[in-house]
Amino acid sequence: MPDAADGRDDRLAGMRRQLDDLACKNIVRQRTLPFGLSALDASLPAGGLRCGGVHEVGEVGPSAEYAALSALFAAAVLARLHGPVLWCLRGRDLFAPALVGVGLAPGRVVFAETRSDAEVLPAIEEGLHTRGLCAVVGEVARLGLTASRRLQLAAERSGALVIVVRRHRTVAGREAADDEPNAALTRWRVSPQPGAGPPLSGLPRARWLVELTRARGADTPLSWILDAPDATGRLRLPADLADRSLAPPQRRPRARVG
Amino acid sequence: MAVAHAQAAILGLTVVEADPDADAHALAQLGAWCLRRYAPLVALDLPDGLWIEVAGSAHLFQGEEGLIEDLLSHLARRALRARAVVADTPGAAWAVARYAPRERVVAPGCQVAAVAGLPLRALRLPRETVAGLTQLGIERVDQLADKPRAPLRLRFGPEPSLRLDQAFGHAPEPLAYLDLPDAALARLAFAEPISTPETLARVTERLLVELCAELERRGLGARRLDLVFRRVDGASRGLRVATARPNRTVRHLMQLFAERLALVDPGFGIDEALLCATRVEWFDAAQAGLGVLAGEPAEADLAELVDRLGARLGPGRVYRLDPVASTLPERSVRRVGPLAAAAEAGWPADLPRPARLLHPPEPVAVTALAPDHPPALFVWGSRRLRVARADGPERMHGEWWVSDADSGLVRDYYRVESTAGDRFWLFRDAPAAEGGRWWLHGVGEA
Repeated sequence: MPDAADGRDDRLAGMRRQLDDLACKNIVRQRTLPFGLSALDASLPAGGLRCGGVHEVGEVGPSAEYAALSALFAAAVLARLHGPVLWCLRGRDLFAPALVGVGLAPGRVVFAETRSDAEVLPAIEEGLHTRGLCAVVGEVARLGLTASRRLQLAAERSGALVIVVRRHRTVAGREAADDEPNAALTRWRVSPQPGAGPPLSGLPRARWLVELTRARGADTPLSWILDAPDATGRLRLPADLADRSLAPPQRRPRARVG
Repeated sequence: MAVAHAQAAILGLTVVEADPDADAHALAQLGAWCLRRYAPLVALDLPDGLWIEVAGSAHLFQGEEGLIEDLLSHLARRALRARAVVADTPGAAWAVARYAPRERVVAPGCQVAAVAGLPLRALRLPRETVAGLTQLGIERVDQLADKPRAPLRLRFGPEPSLRLDQAFGHAPEPLAYLDLPDAALARLAFAEPISTPETLARVTERLLVELCAELERRGLGARRLDLVFRRVDGASRGLRVATARPNRTVRHLMQLFAERLALVDPGFGIDEALLCATRVEWFDAAQAGLGVLAGEPAEADLAELVDRLGARLGPGRVYRLDPVASTLPERSVRRVGPLAAAAEAGWPADLPRPARLLHPPEPVAVTALAPDHPPALFVWGSRRLRVARADGPERMHGEWWVSDADSGLVRDYYRVESTAGDRFWLFRDAPAAEGGRWWLHGVGEA
């Protein structure tokens, strides 16, 4: 009975729209920031990263406790926005010249350095209460459900994009926190991938495995192998893969429902 | 010694008439300068001293040590020799500054121990009283403290015990604090002492409304505000907040104070509150809103954010990073004020750099195919990483004009990718022939 099924889907979609309208009655219409990659944008319900929302980036790999790739991922997203950015961090090891490499000009970033993890989330919220910021980045070990809801509400009100870079000090802490549910609109995981080409032949742009582990309203998890962002902050399909007909995004079995 | 005697003893002695009035005037000027620079509460101690209540403002100078350092170096530049001590009570600070000048900061609660060994003159007693006590064999402060109070009072009056209590912090010492001439200020006195935090907040807001109206009339914006609560027992408590841009928005300034009002100890109650704009600048009322429509960043809001974060996180923790032309990576970044204009020149975007710089670099053990080859394998802590591909060397020389240690410095940087795809930034601190060691300097790269 294809007709009946179609009608039900339409009605469901209409009700979803109504619910969204109710929930966002007093909220500025949110913009979205597309990645410019059809493969990624098509799998995100908004067609990109929604501004006015919390997005989370984590990292796996042998040097995951430095969260270097997630910081670059966040910087590359910010590079494609306009306006000043607040970056809340705990350590002092972020190396600003690398941000230029993914297109984020250092003059746009105001850094707020905190003494402890506990001060980062309030600093993000403080940033969201400020008009004129286009995005806020925070580096924290954990993002709990309550805290992320609070940030999400503040982000919806302000319209700024929030990226939470998950930075764990220990492996055990990472595994515990990865399973924790939170209210982020999208949750990403970046990990390094060995590059193609003959060995000892110089280093082209790095290759990453970008995983979308959770996204509200999308069928996750999904993963892509991509080239690291270029100097304009755009992720690219690797040249040796792009010429071929695009394989459907790899589906991974969902590790845990939570 | 009479002047004639002195002139006879030393040839060509210059004689200057003492001028206590001019001295007092100069001291008052110095006090006003301290008031502007250091703290909202400054009192004169004629003929040769100043009391500065640093409790609410030492954080602006990275603590009490930093404040003293700053104060002494500024005075030294004006050819003034001074001694400064931070202590819990004015009496103890007075005594230690004059009689134990090696000490800079008397730790909280330690004023009794700090003052105990000092001579009696350290208690600001009249000369006759000191002489009388010395005749009784009392020469140091702790000896006086050990004596029964009643006989002392009969013979010398109330002053010795009072000064003792003031130095130890058992009795309050009201000081006559200076007012800044022609500064914008607002004052509120209360018939009944107030003490609850909510009332303090309400009072602060009323003062701010009054002060901001005054600033608006003068066309000024506040860069620094001092809030002083005078307590029933004669002591005063001050708070100081600073802003990144001249500001006269009540809501914003109130937020800055709200972070710190909890630090005020109202004691038995507060009967007067005083708010003073100690640093002001011309305020150009900007027409907000039009620039935002045109897509420009709303800068005024950024200034307020910087103030709020600064009040929350402390000074120097909100900043922007600026490029520095330096050959060494760890020196190529400089912190500047968050509202500083962005630098013209930047780092080159085409030189790949790691996202995290390890400072100091971490030692690694490296195996290479040949001494001059890039690493083939390296051990970093407990991690053993096989190198799949490498790029380098990029040679960096030390800056001989900075220090001697720099002049012979040569580093060969290699970007390497492990078999798992991780990128690292390694360097050898001397050519391989000279037995250079390997260090890991950076992690992650786009």
